[in-house]
Amino acid sequence: MTMDAQRSYVRRALTEPEPPPTASSGAFGLIQQRLFDGVLNSTLTIISLVIIAAIAWPTVKFLLIDAVWQGSSRVDCLPETVKREVGACWPFIAAKFRQFMYGFYPQDQQWRVNLTYALGVILLVPLLIPRIPGKGLNAVLFFGVFPVVGFFLLVGDVLGLEHVETAVWGGFLVTLVISFTGIVGSLPLGILLALGRRSDLPIVRTLCVVFIELWRGVPLITVLFFATYMLPLFLPGDWRIDGLLRVLIGVVLFAAAYMAEVVRGGLQAIPRGQYEAAMALGLGYWRTTGFIILPQALKIVIPGIVNSFISLFKDTTLVLIVAIFDLLGQLRAAFADPNWATPVTLFTGFAFAGMIYFLVSFGMSRYALFTERRLDTGRPN
Amino acid sequence: MSEVDPTATGRPRADAPEMRTTQNPVAVEIVQLSKWFGAFHVLRDIDLKVMRGERIVICGPSGSGKSTLLRCINRIENWQRGRVIVDGMELTDDLKKIEEVRREVGMVFQQFNLFPHLTVLENCTLAPLWVRKMPKKAAEALARNYLARVRIPEQADKYPAQLSGGQQQRVAIARALCMRPKIMLFDEVTSALDPEMVKEVLDTMVELAVDGMTMLVVSHEMGFARQVANRVVFMDAGQIIEMNEPEAFFSHPQHERTRLFLSQILR
Repeated sequence: MTMDAQRSYVRRALTEPEPPPTASSGAFGLIQQRLFDGVLNSTLTIISLVIIAAIAWPTVKFLLIDAVWQGSSRVDCLPETVKREVGACWPFIAAKFRQFMYGFYPQDQQWRVNLTYALGVILLVPLLIPRIPGKGLNAVLFFGVFPVVGFFLLVGDVLGLEHVETAVWGGFLVTLVISFTGIVGSLPLGILLALGRRSDLPIVRTLCVVFIELWRGVPLITVLFFATYMLPLFLPGDWRIDGLLRVLIGVVLFAAAYMAEVVRGGLQAIPRGQYEAAMALGLGYWRTTGFIILPQALKIVIPGIVNSFISLFKDTTLVLIVAIFDLLGQLRAAFADPNWATPVTLFTGFAFAGMIYFLVSFGMSRYALFTERRLDTGRPN
Repeated sequence: MSEVDPTATGRPRADAPEMRTTQNPVAVEIVQLSKWFGAFHVLRDIDLKVMRGERIVICGPSGSGKSTLLRCINRIENWQRGRVIVDGMELTDDLKKIEEVRREVGMVFQQFNLFPHLTVLENCTLAPLWVRKMPKKAAEALARNYLARVRIPEQADKYPAQLSGGQQQRVAIARALCMRPKIMLFDEVTSALDPEMVKEVLDTMVELAVDGMTMLVVSHEMGFARQVANRVVFMDAGQIIEMNEPEAFFSHPQHERTRLFLSQILR
């Protein structure tokens, strides 16, 4: 039977919108749908599970199941003593913990470091939570007041606080100091460099290009080397710059050059119409940049910026080259201690350091994702 | 549809006291304006005088330089030869003059160019707050007033992406109006909209015209030109080919090119 094509049609009754169909039958259905529908997906799922198990099981075994939790010297972490296979040697970490966290900061003055950490956390956490008001004041306190207060707390020599040379700082303290300074310093400087590079004034543009290309053209190690060993030769007479300060300056300038290019990518992504609309409203260059262009540009390159931050955080390990003992540096020093030499000491140490680095980096990463989602006002819903 | 007298002198109505007009009888004067994009001569010796309260519609084929001409008036484009004088202020490289002119000239774009990271209200209050240094409450009241004028007061706290095209364009008009400009420039503002939304935007523009705003409109909407314009200007290849009052322009085009153009768009 053949059907003739309909020539005309008029709808008699309009249908109301209905809710969409619910996903098929609960959790089990979902798993079956997503992971096991078809031969290929099922095979891939099984292979993935095997790989995960192959990696996760030995890790858990080493870190938790076979680990030694009590002890006071290397003997307690040897297989002969424990009479079984030995995993991580946590007493080693416990014994060296102070050094990992503070370096050789005098023990009786370590409360100052703790106070600085506490202040930092108290000021940072409200800044990160969107709902808490007073962000302007908070930002000024955290980026302006805290570094100064922190500096005086850690270095001392004021208000009766004993002077602690930066040469004895070490461990996670140094990692945090360098990372914080690098991050907080490189972002504004990077933004200015990026804006300068796009400037219409030839001198400004040339200076910015030269700066960026110079600092991107050399490895961070050479920057650190140069700052630490060569810079004093260029300084007049008796001028002495603190060793850690030299490193901080080098790191900030280096990171700013990278940040400048990341930000420039974001600036280039802003459509010309935004500039034109702002111009037509009479907003001058700085207001346009500050209110219209930068908020949009920075939002676009959050992944790039956070990437740079995470990179910077991990690059702090390079300061070992200039005899500054950050977390990893302290770790390597601890490995040399004969009192704790066992086959598992190295693994334990690196596992510990790795977990710390991972936690901080992953934390930054997730927070960035959270920020991106929150700022995504371009979505219609 | 409002009755608009095309020959009106454009004095503001008594009951629309908010409209600011130029002190000068001549709102915009363009003298022998010439502009090149690289080697391409995009504007060739343009002469145009726009009086206070006049509504000028500029039409022409693509690439004729109409938008470029409009964008010269608030110096979004610069030029190599000629003069542009807006409300008695000559536009040169002097940044202060340029910013003064931009405060008095409002512009609405084809692509709306709303700021996507700000709400509708913030879009409108940004310039009054930071350029005219208005207090926040006054700026918000002003913004809500103009949003009501363009018939979308309820959208004030939404983001531009949540609005339709016609609504976005009306927000763009309100945003420009919040700076209380003396002259408004409209650059093909309905070209990116579908026909139903075109009407809502054109109605808004007609109301503005009725209130006595000096307007330069680049548009293909000939119905709007007939209704509202004091003069219609036809441009092609960077030159003004013909200029006349709408009735005369549409019924008795004098230049060959104008006739060709009109025959193609008025079917």
